[in-house]
Amino acid sequence: MPLIKNAAEIDDPYLRALDDAPVPEQGAVLLPAARFLADAQDLAGRSGQTGVIWRNDRDIGELAPWLDKLSLVALVFPTFRDGRAYTQARLLRERYRFRGELRATGDVLRDQFLFLHRSGFDAFEVKKPGDAQAFIDAIHRYSVFYQPAADGERGTLWRRIKPAPARHNAVNEFTS
Amino acid sequence: MYHYDDFDRTLVAERVAEFRDQVARRLSGQLTEEEFKPLRLMNGVYLQLHAYMLRIAVPYGTLSSPQLRTLAHIARRYDRGYGHFTTRQNIQFNWIKLEEMPETLAALAETGLHAMQTSGNCIRNITSDQWAGVARDEIEDPRIYAEILRQHSTMHPEFSFLPRKFKIAVTAADHDRAAIRVHDIGLRMHRNGAGETGFEVVVGGGLGRTPFVGKTIKPFLHKRDLLSYIEAVLRVYNQYGRRDNIYKARIKILVHELGAEKFAAEVEEEWRAIKDGALALDEAVVADIASRFTYPDYETLTDEPASLQTARASDRRFDTWFRNSVAPHKVPGYAIVTLSLKPEGAPPGDATADQMDRIADLAERYSFGEIRVGHEQNLVLPHVAQRDLPALWTVLDAIGVATPNVGLVSDIIACPGLDYCSLANTRSIPVAQELTRRFRSLESAHNIGRLHINISGCINACGHHHVGHIGILGVEKNGQEFYQITLGGRADEHAELGSLLGPAVPYEQVADVIEDVVAAYIELRVRPDELFIDTVKRVGIEPFKERVYATH
Repeated sequence: MPLIKNAAEIDDPYLRALDDAPVPEQGAVLLPAARFLADAQDLAGRSGQTGVIWRNDRDIGELAPWLDKLSLVALVFPTFRDGRAYTQARLLRERYRFRGELRATGDVLRDQFLFLHRSGFDAFEVKKPGDAQAFIDAIHRYSVFYQPAADGERGTLWRRIKPAPARHNAVNEFTS
Repeated sequence: MYHYDDFDRTLVAERVAEFRDQVARRLSGQLTEEEFKPLRLMNGVYLQLHAYMLRIAVPYGTLSSPQLRTLAHIARRYDRGYGHFTTRQNIQFNWIKLEEMPETLAALAETGLHAMQTSGNCIRNITSDQWAGVARDEIEDPRIYAEILRQHSTMHPEFSFLPRKFKIAVTAADHDRAAIRVHDIGLRMHRNGAGETGFEVVVGGGLGRTPFVGKTIKPFLHKRDLLSYIEAVLRVYNQYGRRDNIYKARIKILVHELGAEKFAAEVEEEWRAIKDGALALDEAVVADIASRFTYPDYETLTDEPASLQTARASDRRFDTWFRNSVAPHKVPGYAIVTLSLKPEGAPPGDATADQMDRIADLAERYSFGEIRVGHEQNLVLPHVAQRDLPALWTVLDAIGVATPNVGLVSDIIACPGLDYCSLANTRSIPVAQELTRRFRSLESAHNIGRLHINISGCINACGHHHVGHIGILGVEKNGQEFYQITLGGRADEHAELGSLLGPAVPYEQVADVIEDVVAAYIELRVRPDELFIDTVKRVGIEPFKERVYATH
């Protein structure tokens, strides 16, 4: 599955660990939420990078105590029509100030890239070849955003009265 | 009128370009129909029984003359010469080719119209009182806030894939003409004890197969908190709304299952975390949007000029229309004029391209270039000088939009039904057409008085049958069209769902039954000015039931 990060297609450095498999001390691993939470203290202290796959029907607040130890949170779109992970992404970025990689997984389509990006995602497991180029097109297709979100835009309602280009709260610096 | 600035124009143009690309990818097969579906829906494009349908947003029901001319042009150039105004203040075209959708949207964008989020599981067109800004019983213009909500909800990154569609209505008048209590969120502007204006927030109203009247979860919300609070409601809904069953996915089910108090507590908790953040609406933001609304430069006039009195005294037809279709305006010497799109025997809410062009001209001449669309599927000229009413009426009458039946038994609300809609089980338009023929006598209609009939061709309730004084719901039984009748529903500030009269009746009997119901009302009312809805409230369903099922 191609992975897009920093607007380019890259090889995924994370090894996906299964629920019951032993987790190596070194190297980047991506763990299911239950596996991580069962042994969070130890796993958060690994020397390698640790990422967690978080279901979209589980309260993202549960992950808050561990976020500064995590390098990646992968949120899930069981179908592109199920938009719960957009809310989880914004909460992670805006409320819990998570600065690591926020990855969209599952049914991730290029026509959702802009919404995903604006909600705070910076990595995308995509389905189709050519989606990396499509990503660049998608996030540059619009120059006007009415509402503030996790991408640091202030929203047109506020930009109109204070045209200064300040970007508060930017979390996706690489595209800013 | 709200006037687009460069931000608004740019966004709409960028949206048209994006959809042009999506349509091209669909036509070339790069996108499957399943992948294309949510994209076209968020641009107002439905696949109907016979063709693609395009639903164009008319935010809070306000149109300018050039915009209405654009709609006429689209009807003529891309459709079959007419359009259909809907119960959500939008307009639909039923026969547009997919290949021509991008150019249709580009034509709309030229006059500041769009079809964004008129369908799909997102925040839909924000609706309001069609008399906003001119009604005498209003405390301020609710469209300022409707526009702020329109902008905030347009392409909202978090709320474009909600469990289900989401409808918001705003009113600022004592009398609710926007049916806010049957919306996902209804906002009623009012004054608190300190004299400040703010919003009562009602959630979880809605019709469809499980109808509910909304519940108040916040009696008074300060204006500065409008967007943060709405965001909190949507965030709770996006996380906890049901996604396992399309029929249980609306926010009304979540509110019902959690209970309004628990739901309100969840919203409150989320709201407290964001209320002082980026969404706080300071006065400068509101003032900036308000400054983009222009208002007519009214003349100093007096009510009931002599020329009007003379015309009323000398022409009975004019006088009948005046008493029915003209309402008081907040400015002396002006009037609010409703144009009936319910002539005898025609589909409710349809207007031809020629009518739209003529109405656009009349609005320019007599109504400061402004037209409104009401949820009852009629049009309104909101700023007509009373001295101009006779001249205006002559033209309205000539083009067929002066039937003096506004609010009467033949002013029927109906969905498109099986004639167009792929969801419908039964026809609704022919039922409406037959009823307008049965009640063609205006004298008798005026004798009956205010009576709303609403017709839906299936359980999805697009004709709002639950809140019709008389509601008619089409159901299919063994391949035959049957209709359930309800009485006593209403969508105003006393919103209530109608009660079932009895077993469903076949298509052929619907008009007879409705005639019987009306005849029963005439006998049951205590005085000629006791309205149908009040008689039903007083005597209940039984006397109507006895009468109808004794004869059929």
